Amino acid sequence: MYASGKYSSRGPALIPRMKTKHRIYYITLFSVVLLGLIATGMFQFWPHSIESAADWTLDKRSVHDAPLVHLPVSSPIPERGDLSCRMHTCFDVYRCGYNPKNKIKVYIYPLQKFVDELGVPISSTGLSREYNDLLSAISDSDFYTDDVTRACLFIPSTDVLNQNSLRIRETAQALAMLPRWDKGMNHLLFNMLPGGPPDYNTALDVPRDRALLAGGGFSTWTYRQGYDVSIPVYSPLSADVELPERQPGPRRYFILSSQTAIHREYRAELERLKEENGEALLLLDKCSNLSQGAASARKRCCKGQVYDYPHILQESSFCVVLRGARLGQAALSDVLQAGCVPVILADSYILPFSEVLDWKRASVVIPEEKLSEMYTILKNIPHRQVEEMQRQARWFWEAYFSSMKAIGLTTLQIINDRIYPYAARTYEQWNNPPVVKWSSVNSPLFLPLIPPRAPGFTAVVLTYDRVESLFRVITEISKVPSLAKLLVVWNNQNKSPPEGEKKFKCPECTAIDGLSLDQTHMVERSECINKFASVFGTMPLKVVEHRADPVLYKDDFPEKLKSFPNIGSL
Amino acid sequence: MQAKKRYLILLSAGACLLLLSYLGGVQLPAASRSRHDRSRTGYRPDQPWPHFSDPLHLFSPVGHTDTEEYNLHISPRQKRDGTASVYKGKRCRVDSCFDFAPCQRNGFKVYVYPQQKGEKISESYQNILSTIEGSRFYTSDPGQACLFILSLDTLDRDQLSPQYVHNLKTKVQSLPLWNDGRNHLIFNLYSGTWPDYTEDLGFDIGQAMLAKASISTENFRPNFDVSIPLFSKEHARTGGDRGFLKYNAIPPLRKYVLVFKGKRYLTGIGSDTRNALHHVHNAEDVVLLTTCKHGKDWQKHKDARCDKDNAEYDKYDYKEMLHNSTFCLVPRGRRLGSFRFLEALQAACVPVMLSNGWELPFSEIIDWNTAAVIGDERLLLQIPTTVRSIHHDKILSLRQQTQFLWEAYFSSVEKIVLTTLEIIQDRVLEHGSRSSLLWNSHPGGLFALQPVLTPDTWETSPSTTLHWVSIKPYPKFTAVIHAVSPLVSQSQPILKLLVAVAKSQYCAQIIVLWNCDKPLPAKHRWPATSVPVIVIEGENKVMSSRFLPYETIVTDAVLSLDEDTVLSTTEVDFAFTVWQSFPERIVGYPARSHFWDSNKERWGYTSKWTNDYSMVLTGAAIYHRYYHHLYTNYLPTSLKGMVDQLANCEDILMNFLVSAVTKLPPIKVTQKKQYKETMMGQSSRASRWADPDHFAQRQTCMNKFASWFGAMPLVHSQMRLDPILFKDQVSILRKKYRDIERL
Repeated sequence: MYASGKYSSRGPALIPRMKTKHRIYYITLFSVVLLGLIATGMFQFWPHSIESAADWTLDKRSVHDAPLVHLPVSSPIPERGDLSCRMHTCFDVYRCGYNPKNKIKVYIYPLQKFVDELGVPISSTGLSREYNDLLSAISDSDFYTDDVTRACLFIPSTDVLNQNSLRIRETAQALAMLPRWDKGMNHLLFNMLPGGPPDYNTALDVPRDRALLAGGGFSTWTYRQGYDVSIPVYSPLSADVELPERQPGPRRYFILSSQTAIHREYRAELERLKEENGEALLLLDKCSNLSQGAASARKRCCKGQVYDYPHILQESSFCVVLRGARLGQAALSDVLQAGCVPVILADSYILPFSEVLDWKRASVVIPEEKLSEMYTILKNIPHRQVEEMQRQARWFWEAYFSSMKAIGLTTLQIINDRIYPYAARTYEQWNNPPVVKWSSVNSPLFLPLIPPRAPGFTAVVLTYDRVESLFRVITEISKVPSLAKLLVVWNNQNKSPPEGEKKFKCPECTAIDGLSLDQTHMVERSECINKFASVFGTMPLKVVEHRADPVLYKDDFPEKLKSFPNIGSL
Repeated sequence: MQAKKRYLILLSAGACLLLLSYLGGVQLPAASRSRHDRSRTGYRPDQPWPHFSDPLHLFSPVGHTDTEEYNLHISPRQKRDGTASVYKGKRCRVDSCFDFAPCQRNGFKVYVYPQQKGEKISESYQNILSTIEGSRFYTSDPGQACLFILSLDTLDRDQLSPQYVHNLKTKVQSLPLWNDGRNHLIFNLYSGTWPDYTEDLGFDIGQAMLAKASISTENFRPNFDVSIPLFSKEHARTGGDRGFLKYNAIPPLRKYVLVFKGKRYLTGIGSDTRNALHHVHNAEDVVLLTTCKHGKDWQKHKDARCDKDNAEYDKYDYKEMLHNSTFCLVPRGRRLGSFRFLEALQAACVPVMLSNGWELPFSEIIDWNTAAVIGDERLLLQIPTTVRSIHHDKILSLRQQTQFLWEAYFSSVEKIVLTTLEIIQDRVLEHGSRSSLLWNSHPGGLFALQPVLTPDTWETSPSTTLHWVSIKPYPKFTAVIHAVSPLVSQSQPILKLLVAVAKSQYCAQIIVLWNCDKPLPAKHRWPATSVPVIVIEGENKVMSSRFLPYETIVTDAVLSLDEDTVLSTTEVDFAFTVWQSFPERIVGYPARSHFWDSNKERWGYTSKWTNDYSMVLTGAAIYHRYYHHLYTNYLPTSLKGMVDQLANCEDILMNFLVSAVTKLPPIKVTQKKQYKETMMGQSSRASRWADPDHFAQRQTCMNKFASWFGAMPLVHSQMRLDPILFKDQVSILRKKYRDIERL
């Protein structure tokens, strides 16, 4: 642009000897180009003046552009959550309706900035990075709908992940102001850090009417089974730290405690275990010489020695996850990521996604009171089971803990499964690592049934044109008492099947005694086997060395008394 | 020069044009596309969640200041005590209303109060009590007990019922061990009465746990109460009928898609859904029939539809519909649960639940989505579309799961009660509890005892139905030789056997179980072998000690042997390779059979060479070591005691047990001719087979065992597994197990 401007301004001086006709031509051309460029530039760089908040510039929006909403002091406050709420009492299933895809539709309210009458915001932090990630993931998913009238579930954009940053009353008022709030019906709130000092309730203190709560740190007394969803407390290290998966097996330490704020009574108990069992235990604490902050979150110390966190978690078979002020601990996520089996000591804690995840396969839960017996309890677990748990722990993290997206979509899937239970994901789908899902073709027949003889069997004979052989088979098989039906599949397009008992002479048939002797046939079949094995990714066939015979087969026993005397005789 | 300038100008003009087309040309189509979008969908006030570019705060500050402050003013012990005192009554949980101490001290023992004179007890409750008294959990010493069961009949708490026990409140309060119901379990089938049918039992249950039918999710205290199915007076005490599914029809469709036949309540609680059923009825493949004829004065309340409905109702037979329908509607009645639920389950008719808020039976451990369709009463009109949309594979799988669940947990009062107790045991001894996988797959939680074998490799194949029996078992076996006679000569069969077994390439070790009264022979008396030989002195020298889960058995496979068994190395090798394909079954040589003796009306036992068999003797058999654990811990003392007292029948009992678990027969493998002859012509004085009483005892045993199991678990088989090429007319050199054929 700069270059063209320079030329056009100097134009007349540079081309003095040009013919006027030409000169005019060039000048016109330049002016047109210049005007065009200026117009394009305007279009490009001042879009807001042309179209306000045009949708093609969505990618560059700021949270500060969110409309401001003033909450009147008298604005209504929702009721506290009703503990007896269940899907059939507090959830409007008609909004979800019948749906061939069996998928709920989820609407997200547009971002608004709520302030009180004095202009003070209801939240000290506003939208957090994590909640933004969560909402983005939902809006990018199949669950999302932008049509509020068709939604089954509503998600407020007000971030209540951390109760500490909220003004309880005003947040509740803000929720009640949502256009579709309707007593919180079909609304879903995500909260990871509930409660506040001094008692730290185990569920979000914000009054919320009938809204569902996806909460981290529920206790059995606040969790409404089948209504709320227990979610993990997201660990920011999940995104920052990469821990490559380690092969399950014995680790350098047997038990590791890496949390920093452990109550002195529990720490004393752990110290005592350490004295009794020595090197098998490693007890870490925060490093006293490091200042608080991000760096200190990544270091742990023991007797002056510094360890990298969370990497050190990979060095232990079991990792202690003790409750703190809250039942839910972000450390659980770190421990799972490291493939360390969590030993959870948090009485009455509802484990994350416990509605669908089988935690018995990935963790050990010990009552807080039994901390002193932890070592004995863990030593009694067979090695193979520990390895299985290590593998399972890592897989749980990858599938359900590793990102806000994973947490959000898992929560929605759980609610989806309740609304369409007949299309719900199965236990295996939730709990088996994908490798397993893949390697076992799920057979719909699994019950050990010995079918009664009464209905008999159907014989299916595949034939091409060896009619004589076919007739021999038919004659033999029709003697079988339990034959119910005989089905001949005529697999030859060029010939029509023989009618009646007419005998055909077929010279080739006798020439080759059985196809299997044919060399090319064997080669083809080998090729088939290799092709199938490569598609299956593994060789599913198994070799055995036995064969089923009748009990008295070839025994020195009167043939008359044998059930199947003819077997084996040619 | 002029030409040069002209080129320069042309070039710059061209560059400008290019720039123009780049800036404008690329942008404009995008803009026009978005305009096009808008014109198609109209004005959208709500955008998808925008991608904000601002740096945002983290939701949680780094550091644990909350916990540090919290820890300063609260002690964990205080907190626990505080919890325990606050959460009582409807908010009871094991953390607040249960005392773990006696359970951890003495294990999971259950005490039943002695029955008081003059107290009437219903037959159903009597069955519950006798099941507990006959189970391995029972203790007669309240000092040992972890759980207490009342001898007062609490099953029927409907005041209008003749079974209703009066003054229960005072009777319970006066029990010296009541202790406000702590560690008590109360069984209940009916509570409340017309018109509101509340779930209150009519007396203060204190901190007791409930095992209750028709319990609602609102009243159900998770991890504390147990939801049990409603069962009738006629429900079998033990064993119980098997499920009705005999074979899998493919495609799995039956005459009807969905059926229901039952009462219609015109008014009051639970009437809404049943009153609306006629909207869905189509008299073809969806047959939902109701009758108004129930109660004394039904005529008074009847509505316009009653007569027509009643006539239609009488046209169909309930049983016929049950057995010929793919799905069975199970709507709530006055109460949430109904008999129909178990009836449908047994009939392999997939239950379609229409009972909002019912905490389904054993919901803590059973994944009901695998065996039932959980409908919503509010969406009754969608039910036909929903069930029709279920894929054939899913129907097949749902149907089989109904059978598995019926047989594993519901077919008898005993199973219902034991399942209830096992669930509570899992809570009490939490760290050893069974995973959902074990509860929901064959053979089920009652046969998967603690300590449970690890579900090792999850590479379970569809044919390996027992998840805890690994598909890739440890590739070696441990031989356990049961020695009862003293070692006097070097030509005794036991020494030959030891040498032959030790030579097997799959043998990891040999355990000699010394159940002989004579002292252990000196070490040098045993032949030198390449595998370790461990001699264990039998505990009390009783028969059951051969099936103890010895810690020294590290392999999955156990080769159980009598001291006089004659086996060659080849036979052992072959049997082990067969077992690897059937790790959940007994694989061995000498086979026996059972039969029903209709003259004597009892089970008979035969050792005749017949065309079929149902037992393989454990004097020469391979099976999974898990069965040692199951034999020792699952079977009641009464049966094991009988075996020890007779010094007989232990092999029959083991066969009963394994077939009860697998529902399959054992597997007989080829045996060498000489083996048979030795077995038949046994004349050794020491042999217990020579005793004439021996055979009669075995008949008695069989009948005793069958009555404890409640049914005959043994299954006949006509199959023997031989090596491929066995007795085929090919060169013996091509045969791998040629010694089996050689005489």
